[in-house]
Amino acid sequence: MSFVQTLIGGNKGSFKPESLTPMQKLTLRYVVVGLVYYAFAAIEGMIMRIYQVKPISFIPPKQYFGILTAHPLVGIFGSTYMLVFGAFLFLVPMLLKKPLWSFKLANWTWGLITVGTFTFWLDGFISHYAPLYTLYWPLPADFNVFHPLSGAIFITGIALIMVGTLLFVLNIFKTITYTPDGAAPVNGKLMLLDSLGFTGLFNLFRGRRRNQEEDYLTPLPIVAIARGTVDTLFNALIITGTGVLILIYMIAELMGHSLRTSAIDALLYKNWFWWGLDLIADGLVLIYVAGVWYLLAMLITGKKLFMQKWARAALALEMVVSWTVWSHHLLSDQSQPAILKVVSGEMVTAFELITTGLAFFITLATLWSARPLKMTNPLKFLIGGLLGFALAIPAGIMQADVGLNRILHNTQWIIGPHVHVAILVGLTMTLYSVVYFLLPILTNGAELWSQKLANLHFWLHLLGGIGMGGFMGMAGLHGMLRRTIYYNGEYEGYMWLAALSGSLLLIALGVFLFNIVMTLGLRGAIGVFKKSDLDARELLPQ
Amino acid sequence: MKSAVDSNTVLWGQTIIYTAYVLAIMALMAWFAYNIVRTGPSKIKPAVFYAFVAFLVTTGVSLHIITYNTIPWTKVDLHGKNTPTAQQFEITVADHKFQLPSERLDVQCGKLVEFNVISKDLTYGFGLFRSDNSMVFQMQVIPGHDNIIKWNFLKNEVLSIRSTEYSGPEGSQMIVKDAVHVTGCTK
Repeated sequence: MSFVQTLIGGNKGSFKPESLTPMQKLTLRYVVVGLVYYAFAAIEGMIMRIYQVKPISFIPPKQYFGILTAHPLVGIFGSTYMLVFGAFLFLVPMLLKKPLWSFKLANWTWGLITVGTFTFWLDGFISHYAPLYTLYWPLPADFNVFHPLSGAIFITGIALIMVGTLLFVLNIFKTITYTPDGAAPVNGKLMLLDSLGFTGLFNLFRGRRRNQEEDYLTPLPIVAIARGTVDTLFNALIITGTGVLILIYMIAELMGHSLRTSAIDALLYKNWFWWGLDLIADGLVLIYVAGVWYLLAMLITGKKLFMQKWARAALALEMVVSWTVWSHHLLSDQSQPAILKVVSGEMVTAFELITTGLAFFITLATLWSARPLKMTNPLKFLIGGLLGFALAIPAGIMQADVGLNRILHNTQWIIGPHVHVAILVGLTMTLYSVVYFLLPILTNGAELWSQKLANLHFWLHLLGGIGMGGFMGMAGLHGMLRRTIYYNGEYEGYMWLAALSGSLLLIALGVFLFNIVMTLGLRGAIGVFKKSDLDARELLPQ
Repeated sequence: MKSAVDSNTVLWGQTIIYTAYVLAIMALMAWFAYNIVRTGPSKIKPAVFYAFVAFLVTTGVSLHIITYNTIPWTKVDLHGKNTPTAQQFEITVADHKFQLPSERLDVQCGKLVEFNVISKDLTYGFGLFRSDNSMVFQMQVIPGHDNIIKWNFLKNEVLSIRSTEYSGPEGSQMIVKDAVHVTGCTK
């Protein structure tokens, strides 16, 4: 086949979108939109990297901070939520061997997150509403800095995403607990208790033991998805509540009734907000990732998970830990009680080293038990993802220390070796592993166009992600702050190196997207968005 | 607070420890990736797992014990609410500007100094930076609350104040150059 033929028709014409079930198409739509928004975030990230080398004259500071505000939100909600929700809406029915509870709701989730992300992104682009992801009170409602209308539109976009998220949560729990038509009855209450870990907790007091995996009602990856989804629910409620609060101030201002910003206690708000926000960073991300590692390890090896009972216990512990770690974000707040700083900020946070460390070890041990393995794309990206979290979690534990936080808080150390290495190397490489694994399943056997490009994608992404995080961290250790602009080239050397590493990430994405387009073909990519004539209850074609 | 350890010393220590860790974990993962595709022993004893759990617990706990006992400002941060100070400075922040009690703040070396930073509107940050842009310390400044930090300066130097928290696009201009002068150190 010629290049043009492959570009239009896909690799060897093996991808036939008309053969896909509605569930396959929907999942692929989640993947496509998730990758498009990842490209948004990556391009925005690259602009900011260049800006940190030298401020770009045609991008005014207001626009820069607009980008800085949109960048993490597009990355988290538009890309990561989209990819993770799409994968789980497909995997939960697959693992439980029953149809998704509501295909229609899954479509709504996709649509709401797609539209919501674009709404706040466009609003930030046009109006420069930029209170940043951390929304410290009363900045988001300070109308000397931002216009209330642009804030109201921004919050509306986030609200759409949160509604979509709540529909996802409902769909996941209903799928776990419902009985499909004509199937043997499922005890939904028991399934729910088992997936959330209550059965294990009750058994501790009853003195019962479950030694076989068959003794559990729900498979281990479902347990991880269920427990991560609890954090997703809490987070959505907190973000929605925060949005409503800010919206009240904005609407009042628009109607000519200015509310005193001091009506909210800034420290209380900060605690409330970080409690909710940490349910993503220190909650659902770590729980979902652990579940995905376990699932991939079992699927790649075809073996049972090493130390399964510990894995289940660690998932339960991680859920509880995620509810109690928020104070590590307030170690530099002098009015925050010292007891909260030490117990929540330091001690409970240190448990994340343990829970993530357990998931890391269990995954590696499971893979090791099946050696020799073939170095497939899912395996190599999984190893990359494991390395990413192995680098990023200790960096986070170091900054969650009263003494070290005094000289690390809000520096590039936080956002480089911790946040970006965790997200780009740890999380994104794990998601790439899932994408490479699911690609043949979702496309009914489409063959990847180029393995060489897949290898190039791996190395560019790995080196770019670690390099960028590393050089940002070095700048941070020399005092470079995040969320600011340096006009006099103070950290130019480090920022050049970080920008070069960032460009590797962008090239890696380009290589990956090109390989996928050549695999599916432009006709195939368009076909994903056409309606399927097959039964929506079928996961894969019969 | 008689130790000569300052932020540069602590950050050098952190750089060395974290770099050594990064090299070790990368080498481990490279070794794993190299060997996972080769035949060889594949059984891992549960004892190895339990030893790893013990290692994680020890590491997580010992980090805070070590920093508590070696980083000089930690104890004052946690328990120094009533510790008397030799000098006190009250600084106000409003409308993205620092208002200092005097144009230049003269600080005595080796004495505990208190900075009380009061915000009249937004959440800001308050950090002191050396001439090479490295950080001495920072804290958050939130409206409606006391934002007090007590610090012992150990070197004669001239420091700049900078807001360390985003407070809108104007926040990156919140710098007061050469505002704090530390004098009186003999070494």
